[in-house]
Amino acid sequence: YRSSNRSWKLLPNSHTELYGQCLQFYGQPPLENIALSEFETFAVERLKLLKTVENLGVSYVKLSEQYTKKLDQESKNLNFPYRSGPSEIEKRRKDHISHFILRLAYCQTEDLRRWFIQQEVDLFRYRFSYLSSKQKLEFLHKNNLQYDAISVEEKKALQDKLVNSSYAVSGITVEDQDFYKVPFQDALDLVRTRKVYLKAGYVYIPHQDIVTIILNDFRTRLSKALALTARSLPAVHSDERLQPLLNHLSHAYVGQDYSIQKNVGKISLEQIDSLSGKSFPLCMRQLHQALRENHHLRHGGRMQYGLFLKGIGLSLEQALQFWRSEFIRGKVDADKFDKAYAYSIRHMFGKEGKRTDYTPYSCMKVILSNPPSQGDHHGCPFRHSDPELLKQKLQFYKVSPSGISQILELVKGMHYQLACQKYFELTHNVSDITFSLNHPNQYFVESQKVLGGGKDIKREMDTPQRSQENSGRGSAAAREAAAAANASQHLAEMTEELDSFFQDA
Amino acid sequence: MPSSDYDPASLPDLLPLYYRRLFPFSQYYRWLNYGGVQKNYFQNREFSFTLKDDIYVRYQSFTTQNELEKEMQKMNPYKIDIGAIYSHRPNQHNTVKSGTFQALEKELVFDIDMTDYDDVRSCCSAADICCKCWTLMTIAIRILDRALREDFGFQHLLWVYSGRRGVHCWVCDEAARKLSVAARSAVAEYLSLIKGGEETVKKVVLTDPIHPFIRESLAVVERYFPRYALQEQDILGRKESVDKVLSLVPEDILFTVYLWLQSLFLQATAKKGQYFEKEIMLQYCYPRLDVNVSKGVNHLLKSPFSVHPKTGRISVPINLKELDVFDPFAVPTISLICEELDRKKENNTESSGRSLAQKGKMVKTYYYKRTTLAKYVKYFDQFLDAMARSWKGELLRKSDLQKEF
Repeated sequence: YRSSNRSWKLLPNSHTELYGQCLQFYGQPPLENIALSEFETFAVERLKLLKTVENLGVSYVKLSEQYTKKLDQESKNLNFPYRSGPSEIEKRRKDHISHFILRLAYCQTEDLRRWFIQQEVDLFRYRFSYLSSKQKLEFLHKNNLQYDAISVEEKKALQDKLVNSSYAVSGITVEDQDFYKVPFQDALDLVRTRKVYLKAGYVYIPHQDIVTIILNDFRTRLSKALALTARSLPAVHSDERLQPLLNHLSHAYVGQDYSIQKNVGKISLEQIDSLSGKSFPLCMRQLHQALRENHHLRHGGRMQYGLFLKGIGLSLEQALQFWRSEFIRGKVDADKFDKAYAYSIRHMFGKEGKRTDYTPYSCMKVILSNPPSQGDHHGCPFRHSDPELLKQKLQFYKVSPSGISQILELVKGMHYQLACQKYFELTHNVSDITFSLNHPNQYFVESQKVLGGGKDIKREMDTPQRSQENSGRGSAAAREAAAAANASQHLAEMTEELDSFFQDA
Repeated sequence: MPSSDYDPASLPDLLPLYYRRLFPFSQYYRWLNYGGVQKNYFQNREFSFTLKDDIYVRYQSFTTQNELEKEMQKMNPYKIDIGAIYSHRPNQHNTVKSGTFQALEKELVFDIDMTDYDDVRSCCSAADICCKCWTLMTIAIRILDRALREDFGFQHLLWVYSGRRGVHCWVCDEAARKLSVAARSAVAEYLSLIKGGEETVKKVVLTDPIHPFIRESLAVVERYFPRYALQEQDILGRKESVDKVLSLVPEDILFTVYLWLQSLFLQATAKKGQYFEKEIMLQYCYPRLDVNVSKGVNHLLKSPFSVHPKTGRISVPINLKELDVFDPFAVPTISLICEELDRKKENNTESSGRSLAQKGKMVKTYYYKRTTLAKYVKYFDQFLDAMARSWKGELLRKSDLQKEF
């Protein structure tokens, strides 16, 4: 399949059969010739769709009315399938092809794979919700998910437990529906959230909940496929037409990730206390305060805060000095610090172990992964703090009462990043900020801008992305004939459009 | 039982004796070899050692039990951790093409640490424990052991005292060892009820319907709660702790709660759907686990029979049949067992002479049996016997498959 974009047999008739079902597991790669321009358009449009899926997933409860309505709209706008219907075949073909193209772009690193899988799973879940029960069953069988139904006697014996295991299961459900016995490893989402009855390693699932199983299966298959794809990547990358596009696609989704340190050393350690009050987002302000009070932070806090500090421009030496002087005030002596903690700080800067330069956490990461537990101060205060405590904290930081209630409203609606933006507005005394907050370091940069940093910083940020495009444009044009030059022109336009799309988002 | 006074400074003298005469190497190897069902299982296992002066070495691996013994006797580690089974021998990981050296399997593990309960215990804090808060560990073990066996179907669980302030659980079933990261994290989250960090006051919230797992766990907590919280911790005895309890109760039924407090849980006129009394009990007693310990396949965890350098106590397996009378302060320290060994040597010079004449291996077994360590090794043997029955079945199956061919 690696060579799917090179040599081919054209199979026009099989489109109807191949795309007969509205939903698929993307088991088989597309087997046809595709024009380069179609290749590009399909890829970019699917990426836009997945980016929408990501944004909606943070702002709304998945599969809620607003979520599905907005996703319906976006699917329609981008010409992707969103309902089952006979005229959908062209759209399904596009869906099929675009998925496989993005696999090429997103298989290369752990982070990219994780992102791609998450959005594809969410997209799949949304589409699956539109299938009828009969179609769902067909899907199960077509994809070889044969799980055993339990006998009526067993159902009766377990009735109470089944009813008490799930909000959605009533006595009637137990009577009417088949229950399937599934090994717990195949239903991790249900186990994780304790939404199902678990006995001796098997979960008992009503027919209506089979979707979770399918999602799990989808996720596993996709994960394995991506790993395989990554191995065959060199062959694809050697194709000069594809390489610039694939590179650009995989960088586009993160936008600014603050991994490349700018302004290193421009901040002195003495400034940190005052900066924490003026320009740090609430999560980092909280961590800094906890560090100063307790002279210690646990691992989650050290990672989140340490990487943030790296992102604002602390050098490794400064970081070591900063953490060391604080920890020594606590229960840690200099020796122990050097032995135990210094290693992990150097690790953060890429000087130990795998030597990956770790990137500061985005809001998405802070909100969704590694929730804080007893003794922790990391996480997103808008997501992880009790509303009462959050209110007290905001009062302590002198946010106006009306501002506080606006923030709490947003928190109630689960719009954590919007709440943080509101906090920004209130503490900087501005209204209607133009950026869309998705990274703590972005908060810092924007804050410094407002407080008098000026336009210089912004220009510095923009250049890396521009130069990437230029090199793509330059080398392609130099090598190819007129026809190819047109294609690359088209590509450049597409990538510029892509850039501006993500800047607005 | 009195333990000899332990002084950390004596470790360099005690450890060589411990590793030469007392550490149960043959049982240890028997465990980690898992019946030889899978090739290179022992050889590809990572160990890490903490040596004198806090020198930490990772990616240790051994080809045979003998090699393990010799190395440990040479290095005399202060601490031993067990890691995962990798795709290649860990001590050769630098020679492997980058990206292909991977952690493949490991037991599913849990770590319950008493410091995670600091916000709900009044008798001790941080690294200290006492018999009053030890009940929390008993509750944790009962709840988790039941759930891992009955809900998840695991059978071979080894509970180990960590040596200072907590317990570990090693789930050794084959299915457990093969679990993915996602599966481990799902199991750990299923078992988690306490949510929230420093910024959360109310850490347990129950809603209808109450899942059977929560009911079962509550049954355990309710059994221990009156004695533990009301007597040992005396949560209603002082104003601050009463205030703490009250902070967890919804405002509109506060008055009812005062009545409740006086009648000690006998009746609460709680509205349907309000489970505050259950939530309070759970917040005070339900096990707090660190999900990060359980979810990593490559996570290193303190080895059973390792010594705890600060307390000198040996990390011994806990026999669940005697759980209610388990006393962490009766667990032998390295100084105690070394002393017991010396004493026995003096008294029975004849029998030790006889044993010396026998084969080398037998001498070693003889020695630990004369110390307080014996009963813990015996219990470990029973645990291994139970697992061995499943290995036998596996080996038979495999050889059958080969014969068929």
